[in-house]
Amino acid sequence: MTTLATRVLPGLPAGFGGGKLIMRNYLVYRRNWIVFATGFLEPVFYLFSIGIGVAALVDEFVMPNGQVVEYTAFVAPALLAASAMNGAIFDSTFNIFFRLKYIKLYDAMLATPLRPWDIASGEIGWALIRGGIYSGAFLAVMTAMGLTGSWWAVLALPATLLIGYAFAGVGMALTTFMRSWQDFEFVQLTILPMFLFSATFYPLHAYPAALQWIVEITPLYRAVVLCRELVTGALTWGSVVSVAYLVAMGSAGLYLASRRLSRLLLT
Amino acid sequence: MVVSRFVPGRKRVGPGIESLTVTFGDRGALIRARGLVKRYGDFEAVRGIDLDVPSGEAFGFLGPNGAGKSSAMRMIACVSPTSSGELTVLGLDPLADGSAIRARIGVCPQEDQLDVELTVRENLTVYGRYFGLSRAECRSRADELLDFVQLTDKANAKVESLSGGMKRRLTIARSLINQPDLLLLDEPTTGLDPQARHLLWDKLFRLRQQGVTLVLTTHYMDEAEQLCDRLVVMNDGRIVAEGSPTALIAQYSTREVTELRFGVGHHEQLGGKVADLAERIEVLPDRLLLYTDDGERATSEVAARGLRPDSVLVRRSTLEDVFLRLTGRSLVD
Ligand SMILES: Nc1ncnc2c1ncn2[C@@H]1O[C@H](COP(=O)(O)OP(=O)(O)O)[C@@H](O)[C@H]1O
Ligand SMILES: [Mg+2]
Repeated sequence: MTTLATRVLPGLPAGFGGGKLIMRNYLVYRRNWIVFATGFLEPVFYLFSIGIGVAALVDEFVMPNGQVVEYTAFVAPALLAASAMNGAIFDSTFNIFFRLKYIKLYDAMLATPLRPWDIASGEIGWALIRGGIYSGAFLAVMTAMGLTGSWWAVLALPATLLIGYAFAGVGMALTTFMRSWQDFEFVQLTILPMFLFSATFYPLHAYPAALQWIVEITPLYRAVVLCRELVTGALTWGSVVSVAYLVAMGSAGLYLASRRLSRLLLT
Repeated sequence: MVVSRFVPGRKRVGPGIESLTVTFGDRGALIRARGLVKRYGDFEAVRGIDLDVPSGEAFGFLGPNGAGKSSAMRMIACVSPTSSGELTVLGLDPLADGSAIRARIGVCPQEDQLDVELTVRENLTVYGRYFGLSRAECRSRADELLDFVQLTDKANAKVESLSGGMKRRLTIARSLINQPDLLLLDEPTTGLDPQARHLLWDKLFRLRQQGVTLVLTTHYMDEAEQLCDRLVVMNDGRIVAEGSPTALIAQYSTREVTELRFGVGHHEQLGGKVADLAERIEVLPDRLLLYTDDGERATSEVAARGLRPDSVLVRRSTLEDVFLRLTGRSLVD
């Protein structure tokens, strides 16, 4: 009579296994609050620089739905999206590579009841929490500067979590393929042009029509569209496309990351 | 009824765990393997081994580097899928119930995998959380275990500041956080100085007395002799001998060994002159070993033949003699 219960129950971690890893990461970062702080400050500095300097040189912007906004209000939501991307990529590439290859954290964790899935979901969950805190703070700064034009802006916070999910999932999956720190140059090589060219600092129609579709299928562009439309309240179907795109991207990344961890660590 | 309980000063964990122990107690073997194979690509690291490790035993894998000890241990720890053959651990199937098995075993891997981003004490408390233990439980077990491995005064230190022996002790403490039914130790003392080794042996000996089933790998004979009730000698992925240390010595060696040292370079040619004085001789660059049941008699016969060794040592056979015979000298590094 004990046999049935023991087959099912013994020692399985209650609840969300990834939560254990989130808790572990929290302990580590509690001591490294300075690292935490810089992640928040970077986009804020960008925003100030643009708000004070660049905006004075640039005219107002007409949104796709005809709404007219200031340049700073046009750029701020894009910075929000880009910082969500940067945070997620940083957490899911450098940090995960370090834990995977150098400190063998996941090998040790897999000797416990935890499984690769718990590790993948835990790391991505952590990236979301950290990214969410940054984004929330950035949104507060934007609101204080009068850059949020609509109540839809409230939804920009979950939107940044979705962006984090998409980039962290793919970032972690890619990290499992990396062989050395040099390989991360490729990440930088992808991230920087995306940051500069995804209609972040100027609208899509600045590009010739033949190029526009290329920009439109990049993930950061989808993220920028979503944030910009929510923050300004100028919603279109473009946001719906973005949500579907980002959900699919994150889920594919998460699934692949978990599969790859099994292949790499459970040899 | 309850077979084993480990961490000093702590009693049972909870009803689920007690009943689990009873289930294995009834079945006998905590580990059972038949024709177990591990392949990496087309290389076979473990080539069909059979094992039965009953509850409460201290069991050892002895073998040179590359013998397949770690590969076998990793399969038992459910972090490496078996390539073929049967394996049950704690009466469960690693493939289907890996998570449930890992919940009840402690693993001390060959390389310390301590969490260098955490303190010594956090290494224990956080690891306990991975097993689903409550915060309070983790805290109290961590303090007991730190005391057990004599690291209490290092509780808040960073892992990097620990010596090799301390790290090893911390790894062992960590492997006990879930009060395991089965403790797997892969080369627990390799690379440690003699003091650190003896301290660790003392800890492992105590765990054994508390009834923890120990499975360890080593290439130190003295360690195997000190700690193991029974062991297997592995070579090239196969088990080449099995038994208690005494039984292995009786089976594969003689009671005594006479070691003769002549000047370097003479051993090859002198070997032939004394070969008939022993059951078996071994010619090494620096000495001749005569395997015989009466070492003194062999010594006097050597003298009777007019041979004058620089030094003579008569000693009892050890596991080392068995090991060298079974695995060959060239493989040992
Ligand atoms: N992940 C792996 N991939 C390929 N070969 C491996 C792997 N792990 C171990 N081996 C090989 O398998 C053999 C047995 O290794 P191992 O089990 O570590 O032996 P031991 O622990 O007895 O030294 C060695 O030849 C080793 O190179
Ligand atoms: Mg090994």
